[in-house]
Amino acid sequence: MKKGIYRMNKMQKALAELSEMDELAARRSPVHTLHPAAKLLTTIVYILVTLSFDKYDLSGIVPMVLWPVLMFTISGVNVRTCFYKLRIVLPLVMAVGLFNPFFDKEIMVSIGGIGVSGGVISMITLMLKGVFCLMASFLLMATTKIDSLCAALRKLHVPAMLVSLLQLTYRYVGVMTEELAVMTEAYHLRAPGQKGIHISAWGSFLGQLLLRSMDRAQELFSSMMLRGYHEHFHYADIDRFRARDALFMAGCILFFVLLRYGNIAQLIGGLVVY
Amino acid sequence: MIEFRNVKFEYEKGKEVLHDMSFRIEKGESVGLIGANGAGKSTIMKLLLGLLQGEGKVLIDGTEVKKETLGEIRAKLGFVLQNSDNQMFMPTVYEDMIFGPLNYGLSREVVDKRVDEVLARLNLEYLKHRYNHKISGGEKRMGAIATILAMEPAAILMDEPTSALDPYNRRLVINTIRELEQTKLIASHDLDMILDTCDRVILISGGRIAADGPAREILSNKELLEANRMELPLRMQ
Ligand SMILES: Nc1ncnc2c1ncn2[C@@H]1O[C@H](COP(=O)(O)OP(=O)(O)OP(=O)(O)O)[C@@H](O)[C@H]1O
Ligand SMILES: [Mg+2]
Repeated sequence: MKKGIYRMNKMQKALAELSEMDELAARRSPVHTLHPAAKLLTTIVYILVTLSFDKYDLSGIVPMVLWPVLMFTISGVNVRTCFYKLRIVLPLVMAVGLFNPFFDKEIMVSIGGIGVSGGVISMITLMLKGVFCLMASFLLMATTKIDSLCAALRKLHVPAMLVSLLQLTYRYVGVMTEELAVMTEAYHLRAPGQKGIHISAWGSFLGQLLLRSMDRAQELFSSMMLRGYHEHFHYADIDRFRARDALFMAGCILFFVLLRYGNIAQLIGGLVVY
Repeated sequence: MIEFRNVKFEYEKGKEVLHDMSFRIEKGESVGLIGANGAGKSTIMKLLLGLLQGEGKVLIDGTEVKKETLGEIRAKLGFVLQNSDNQMFMPTVYEDMIFGPLNYGLSREVVDKRVDEVLARLNLEYLKHRYNHKISGGEKRMGAIATILAMEPAAILMDEPTSALDPYNRRLVINTIRELEQTKLIASHDLDMILDTCDRVILISGGRIAADGPAREILSNKELLEANRMELPLRMQ
């Protein structure tokens, strides 16, 4: 018998992981109980600040890691879980700066006598930017339920249409993955020992997947409508914006500004030799 | 309470699946909807809920089902879908159960009390905080039924409520349905369940009403049932 035949197939695993986000978000911690709008806004500011660093400002961007690290620690979300779940997107984000070293060969700094080109510096800076932004987004999703997040967006006067779209997309991605899981399983049961799906079956496979997902999405939406759904988010339990939420936001943003304009690394004592 | 007046329906042009259908269900009645696969049972339910629109008139409590009245109509109806995967869309059973009632403007306390009552009635307390993607098909079905009961609708429509249930849960659902005072319309191939829960049966065949009468009469008519790809319920054999 083939090894691992009883294990979940890849799609089922992906599905389980997606749903686990809901479970992570349902946990309790000081970060989880913060107001979703406070977390959302802080995350957005964090991402903007991170992206605003100059592409050669490696020493500036490194300390930005402090915030996600702090948040991981307080929320009790596992950093390994984060990287594990992001393993598919991570390489894509990392690849963005991959060609910089070839275009930008001018030596910028030397560390221990070895010259490092501007391309390498900007590549690393870009990679870090990508990784930090992903970490921050992951933290937001792992500590906030999608429905609370949507409720917060509505409170911030984001149009109901957009918010519904976001919420439904989140549900439909689940539906589509589920259909894909069922179909790949059915396929492999009838094509034992075959790796992947044979190219001759791709067309009908994709077509079926789309039709089935659409059918299910339709029924799901009906089921929501039948229970009085009108783009309102009565069901998300979101608390009032309290002093500690404001404090959290203000504290974090101040921290970001310090990291951005205070150049902490240089204050600490010049980790990089120019 | 529920009325079909000369309803015709086609999914695709020229392929009518319901032909000039008329029937009336009074308040408080329990009606079983039976018929072979593809007879048109689910289609009838969807027309009642306004999920599909055909020719003729569909009336709920004297109000015609049309775009402008959908909100009012749907507040009166609870529908247990044939496929529970599409019914349960929130992360947990509890969140699914409060979704409907909160949408209809009930307060959190009232809803929480209702949820606990319904769960206790169905012996489902253990499901309350379970994740929908981590429960079995039958448990999900029970969750879906609980979800609808928590809405306390005036009429309940169920499409195959006992499929996927083990004998214990099937019996539990049957007993629960029997205790419900609401108007009920139940589509199923489980004729023993229909016999246990319904006083009246409407038999659909090829998009027409082939028989409509007391459950005991129709469900003991061997020729009629066999002509429609069904068998006598065990209790009648
Ligand atoms: N989306 C659709 N598009 C086209 N035809 C459809 C569609 N859904 C159902 N039909 C057709 O309409 C007819 C009635 O289907 P319906 O689902 O109402 O049957 P049913 O009595 O509920 O059957 P079952 O016992 O299998 O659930 C069938 O002939 C079916 O092929
Ligand atoms: Mg059906």
